[in-house]
Amino acid sequence: MITINPIRWGKQYKSLEYQDVIHFENGESIAKIGQVNGSMVQMDIRKADNARKALRSIPTTELLARCKKAAYLFEHETLPVGDGQQTVDDFIHQQSASTGLPEHMCRNNMQKNCFVLSNIDKILDALTRGLDLDIFSRGYGEEGRNVTVSFQCQTPVLGAVLPNNSPGVHTLWLPAVPLQVGLVLKPGSQEPWTPYRMISAYIEAGIPAEAFCLYPGGHDVGSTLMAKCQRSMIFGSAQTVAQYAGNPRVQAHGPGFSKILIGDDIVDSWEDYLDMMVESVLSNSGRSCINCSGIWASRHTEAIAEALAAKMGSIDVTSPTDPKSALAAFTNPQMAKGTWGMVQQDLAESGVTDMTASYGERLIERERCAYLRPMVLHADSPSRGVAMKEYMFPFVSVVKCPQKEMIKSIGSTLVGTALTGDEAWIDELTNATHIDRLNIGPIPTSRLNWLQPHEGNLIDFLFRSRAYQLAPLKVAEKV
Amino acid sequence: MTVALPHWIANDQQISEAKKALDQHTYETVQWHFHESTGSPFWLEKKKSLKFDPLKEVNSFDDLKKFPEFEDEWLRGGPVNRWVPKGLAGKPTYVFETGGTTGIPKSRVVVDDFRIDYENFSYTLPDQYFPKGSNWLMLGPSGPRRLRLAVEHLCQFRGGISFCIDLDPRWVIKLIKKGWMEHLEEYKKHCIDQAITILTAGHDIKCMFTTPKLLEALASGLADKGTSIQEIGITGIFSGGTEFTPQWTRFCVEELLGGPAEESGVYMTPTYGNTLMGLACSRPVTAEDDYTIAYYAPQPRAVVEVVDFDDYNKLVGFGETGRVKLYTMTKEFFVPGFMERDEGEREMPFNKYPWDGVSGVKPYRGFASSTTVGVY
Repeated sequence: MITINPIRWGKQYKSLEYQDVIHFENGESIAKIGQVNGSMVQMDIRKADNARKALRSIPTTELLARCKKAAYLFEHETLPVGDGQQTVDDFIHQQSASTGLPEHMCRNNMQKNCFVLSNIDKILDALTRGLDLDIFSRGYGEEGRNVTVSFQCQTPVLGAVLPNNSPGVHTLWLPAVPLQVGLVLKPGSQEPWTPYRMISAYIEAGIPAEAFCLYPGGHDVGSTLMAKCQRSMIFGSAQTVAQYAGNPRVQAHGPGFSKILIGDDIVDSWEDYLDMMVESVLSNSGRSCINCSGIWASRHTEAIAEALAAKMGSIDVTSPTDPKSALAAFTNPQMAKGTWGMVQQDLAESGVTDMTASYGERLIERERCAYLRPMVLHADSPSRGVAMKEYMFPFVSVVKCPQKEMIKSIGSTLVGTALTGDEAWIDELTNATHIDRLNIGPIPTSRLNWLQPHEGNLIDFLFRSRAYQLAPLKVAEKV
Repeated sequence: MTVALPHWIANDQQISEAKKALDQHTYETVQWHFHESTGSPFWLEKKKSLKFDPLKEVNSFDDLKKFPEFEDEWLRGGPVNRWVPKGLAGKPTYVFETGGTTGIPKSRVVVDDFRIDYENFSYTLPDQYFPKGSNWLMLGPSGPRRLRLAVEHLCQFRGGISFCIDLDPRWVIKLIKKGWMEHLEEYKKHCIDQAITILTAGHDIKCMFTTPKLLEALASGLADKGTSIQEIGITGIFSGGTEFTPQWTRFCVEELLGGPAEESGVYMTPTYGNTLMGLACSRPVTAEDDYTIAYYAPQPRAVVEVVDFDDYNKLVGFGETGRVKLYTMTKEFFVPGFMERDEGEREMPFNKYPWDGVSGVKPYRGFASSTTVGVY
């Protein structure tokens, strides 16, 4: 068992309080993690400027090279984590054991994080629309059209209150480092693995340790981090997102309510897209905000739901080490039971049908954990409550809705995949402000193009574009 | 194998003498509260329903187990005078309250107990860090609470003048329950601003009472102004009101106060108490002892036991966890065993306080989820 200590500007801090990270199947402690309090975070944030100074002391080209090296180390090498050395396999086992995700999904998430860091130059090039990163480092520069541009950094550090459920989201804070912004992270109590391993890889690759803080702890740590960092991210529920709506200091990530919208011009050949729909619902065990939770069409919806149920209804619980395992465990069985209760409420509404009912029990309870097997529900109208639901397992509602009603009925949608060639409708979809990422064509909602921003461009979040004028000075004559 | 006992443990003789004094004090207290000429209307009435005669059958501390569990609900509502012992009738009397964020608060009548308790506590404070004659700041709850007058008396007893601020903990708890966290932060800031104004106004304040959360906020507020508790001239801090964990205490000593007292010149003593019991002192808190915080009640006026979660008359073993049970035995107030809303580990008798203590105090697991801890 390893002991993981909080990290305060690169230095390990041995706390007197620890919390165990528990194996979801056997209840054994995998690691103990030192805890800090909010007041410590508040005290440390006063030194945040040093993090940016340390990063600015390294040229951006060099930082990019070190990030790429960190990506390699993260994915392939044994790294110091806590008081031990962590191999790649250790990382995968530990993450699976504490989060309930099957090991092959942990590996996929690891590769996703690594891909982002390996391609960080291309990603930043896309996010900055090709600007020289030195402009962000210096604060101003020549854009190339004989125009001075200025991007003023709004914070020396990016804070993040990280989730327990999906290790893939760490891609969102990784690019802060080459932008010379330090990181102040509160890892999830069940998923400390990615942030700790990633920070270790950064440091091993030569990124200054004083750019990083990792603060495991209770709610007061998260609230202090959010209050004191000038820019921070949080991952939480729809209420969390609503709480921070309109707050320019906070980027809140919550449920995605991602959807596939099938146009009237394509819907008669829906069977051609069934595998794409299944992938959108099922990948990463349905845990991500980019998983599809709604498939909307004007007709054939019963047949689509039936076909999806036939594809996913039989999927059963297997060992987390099974490379084909499709289901993650709820490490807190009460959460699975609570979710199951909510689905039962959804089903109580008339016009809602459980298309997976004939494929056996959905709620599988074990001694220390529980599973929910995939569910496909059919809703005969967008007014059914289930049309706006998203749960933490492979769950989708197939909603019958006329195309002309669809855009105004779908609500907030993180990823919208539209199956259509109807130019007029594509134009309407393009202008729909409640759809964040838009895919036109058969692109699974869960497949992201990393060269495009996700829920807000990190550059826009961390920097402010402003005017910056320069004029030559007369040099004073020597007396 | 023989395990060496810590150097601070009390010897058998000290423990035996303390037990003897406690038994004698128990006998005298019960005689006072249950005698027709001196007892309070409440206990004289209660005596009628007891299955034993306290005047004849309570001769030692262990005999208090004969009493039914004290219900703090008895303290809600009036008439408050039923708690005043006849033997103290006519003396100027205070009423102090606890709880009361919603509903009727619990009341305790006091004549001199707060003065006696805090004078006794005063003798435990090191003069080096709590210099006689120095002025104090009371940065804690005001209003109908014992603490505000008690700290002022402590300061006056030591020859100083005590400054204080307004702080209404009931409003703080309401803010938390309503989720008005921005208001909470503003209220905390309002309190800290008042404190910093007083501390920087040239009053030569060297000592203070404050709660852990307000101590953090004060340190942060001072840091924002480029100074610190150490720099502003505070040398002695008496803190209490909410839970102290070893980690928090370590953080406080090392980072808010500038290091251990012998290096920083700032001494902080955690305390544990409430309106019903009085004030329990802590064993000196040291890095060598992993910042363990062990409290010892001011026996024989009050007693702390750590008892089995299922049998409140059974002590747990030393080092084991149980629920905290309090007894108060003064001429003004008698509580023969009250189940506190806390749990902790039973500690061995300390040579300065040769009776049981309690460490690792935290909200009782049965209530923890419903307890709101504010600033305070």
